[in-house]
Amino acid sequence: MTAATTTVPIAAPLEPDVPRTVRSRRDRGDRIFHAGTLTSGLLVLAVMLGVGLFLGIKAVDALEVAGFGFLTTAGWETFTGDFGIASVMIGTAIIALVAVFIAIPVSFGTSLFIAEIAPPRMRSWLVAVVDLMAAVPSIVYGVWGVYFLQEPVVGLARWTSRWFGWIPIFRVDGYDHGDPLASASVFTSSTFLAGIVVAMMVIPIQASIMREVFSQVPAGEREGAYALGATRWGMIRIVSIPFGRGGIIGGTMLGLGRALGETIAVILIISPRFDINFHVLEVGGNSVSALIGNRFGEASGFELSALMAAGLALFVVTLAVNFAASAVVARSRSGAESEV
Amino acid sequence: MTTTTTTGHDAPETPAAAPATTVPRVVATPVPPQHLRTLGGVTRADVLEVGGAALSSVATGFLLFGRLTPLAGPFGQVVVTFVLFVVAYGFLVSLREDRPGVVNKVMTVLLGAAAFVAFAALATVIVFTLLKGRQALLRSNFYLDDMSEAGPLDPLSRGGIRHAIVGTLVIISLAGLFTVPLGIVCAVFINETRSRLAGTVRTVVDAMTALPSIVAGLFIFALFILILGFPRSGLAAAIAVSVMMLPIIIRSADVVLRIVPGNLREASAALGAPQWRTVWHVVLPTAKSGLATAVILGIARGVGETAPVLLVSGSTAAFNANPNENPMMSLPLMTYEFVRAPQRELQIRGFATAAVLMVLVLVLFVVARIVGGRGAGQLTRRQARRRVARSARDLVRIEARPQEVPA
Repeated sequence: MTAATTTVPIAAPLEPDVPRTVRSRRDRGDRIFHAGTLTSGLLVLAVMLGVGLFLGIKAVDALEVAGFGFLTTAGWETFTGDFGIASVMIGTAIIALVAVFIAIPVSFGTSLFIAEIAPPRMRSWLVAVVDLMAAVPSIVYGVWGVYFLQEPVVGLARWTSRWFGWIPIFRVDGYDHGDPLASASVFTSSTFLAGIVVAMMVIPIQASIMREVFSQVPAGEREGAYALGATRWGMIRIVSIPFGRGGIIGGTMLGLGRALGETIAVILIISPRFDINFHVLEVGGNSVSALIGNRFGEASGFELSALMAAGLALFVVTLAVNFAASAVVARSRSGAESEV
Repeated sequence: MTTTTTTGHDAPETPAAAPATTVPRVVATPVPPQHLRTLGGVTRADVLEVGGAALSSVATGFLLFGRLTPLAGPFGQVVVTFVLFVVAYGFLVSLREDRPGVVNKVMTVLLGAAAFVAFAALATVIVFTLLKGRQALLRSNFYLDDMSEAGPLDPLSRGGIRHAIVGTLVIISLAGLFTVPLGIVCAVFINETRSRLAGTVRTVVDAMTALPSIVAGLFIFALFILILGFPRSGLAAAIAVSVMMLPIIIRSADVVLRIVPGNLREASAALGAPQWRTVWHVVLPTAKSGLATAVILGIARGVGETAPVLLVSGSTAAFNANPNENPMMSLPLMTYEFVRAPQRELQIRGFATAAVLMVLVLVLFVVARIVGGRGAGQLTRRQARRRVARSARDLVRIEARPQEVPA
């Protein structure tokens, strides 16, 4: 040890560390880029808000006359001012519910089949077929429903009403099952048939969303189930379905949103009526979009305003359903990786 | 020290001197023999089980329908046969497997049946439309004439849907012109800029994808025709279809842009590229095929829309290629008018028009699959070869540059 020592000067107290502020300066190109994209975003927002706004402006006349009764009146007599959306809105809901009830098992099975069972080489083809199903125009489905599906559905409806007629929704008035000559026309153009056809348009939407969440099931959890001795269905039941619950619910609701707004197929199939009819197998029903499509041609002035009000109501309902659906999908665990 | 013993009689005597852990003796209970589950693959037994169940169910079905019971109807027979099949299959499988195994097999069949129902329904839609319309589809005048000269009782050799074909093409081209640039730029806005508004726009667009097309039509009718005073025209129809297509395109483009790997963007930024260059030269080219698919599928949806055209354009029997004035026909609206008519000839034309519309959608769809169908950044073999060649040229160019001596 030597005597020589170094004296270190006492350092001045350090300034406390402040995080450096990082500022990105945009060059002119980026400023244009940001302004341009922002404009497009605002434009899209404006279009979407404009839908509600302009329907509202045009609906004011009718809503002033009808008042609160617009929501509770079943008939559509615009000349006497006695009109409302009670029956058409309920009709829309019934058609949509029938469609969703038919579509759920089919889309659920299809999505699980594609995601879990089909061999990988087949998978991309099946996905394409589901996409194609979504791309087929609704008018084509409508034509198919009227001219191809009507006959078997009448048979099915007759059988159902005979054996299950004691369930209120399957009851059909005005058909005597004991009479072999009874006309089956009471079973045509029913809410049930419209529901089946709308289901064809709902299935691809639901199936593609469900398939997407099922394909995101973490491999670790899947293999864990197999390692514990699960069969494939066992794995699906304890891993895939709980994981994809948000997607299943959200996809179902998005399908419901689509079903609520379907127009042209429903117009083709259903024979319109303006009382609230819960008997789905019976002839006749109605929906908001069918009402608009049917009445629009002859409408002028005041009735036009009433139709705008009906459109506004449909818009609000579908929007609410869709917002709820997106919220469910976004909040679910689907898409999150598992912690390993 | 606590010792847990399961059985009393063989409790060990613990010597106090040696404090050791004593493990209770486990009485070996007979374990059933375990076997590995086969999770994939098809064995001969599987094939035989399916075949046997199918044979027995079909035979029983025919026996029930028409022989033993007064049941009738092809639809009912199919349903009963399927139920019989599931029962027979479950029984056959239960001869070999345990309960979970049986449930697995039966559920697999049920899931497959659901998929089959969906695909079979689609197949009947396509086949039925083509078959019903074949009489008109095979005539050239069906594509080359319009309906202005043909009355409702005229034979199929007169009149056609030229006006509807042209109308559809004009309307969809205009709609594409409006929505494709706006849609992609908006998707870029949602995805690439960290604007506070982006989340709001995404939420609104998501909710709008299911905007009822008739509401889109009403909106354009209210704004364009009632408030601004434009006439009913093909242009109005194109705008109404655009309102409906826009959210669909934005949403699917958004999904495509979201899967562009973030490290590509970071690499571009690290090389000093401003953001617009990153988007233009990295993000968009990477997502090119996916964007093309998004656009084509959006267009396919727009082509088939009837309700907006019905509202804001109106129908006509005459040829009109000018979107600025007079009603303009489109294929879906033409189908709608034809099939509602009581005359048989008109109905056949309706099926044929639906078939033309469907073929158009199919073509668009096949194009979309050829162009797209690949993930972001996945190249075809030719693209990969071209990229390797360009990279080799770049290397030559870089090496030929005079070397700078580092200071």
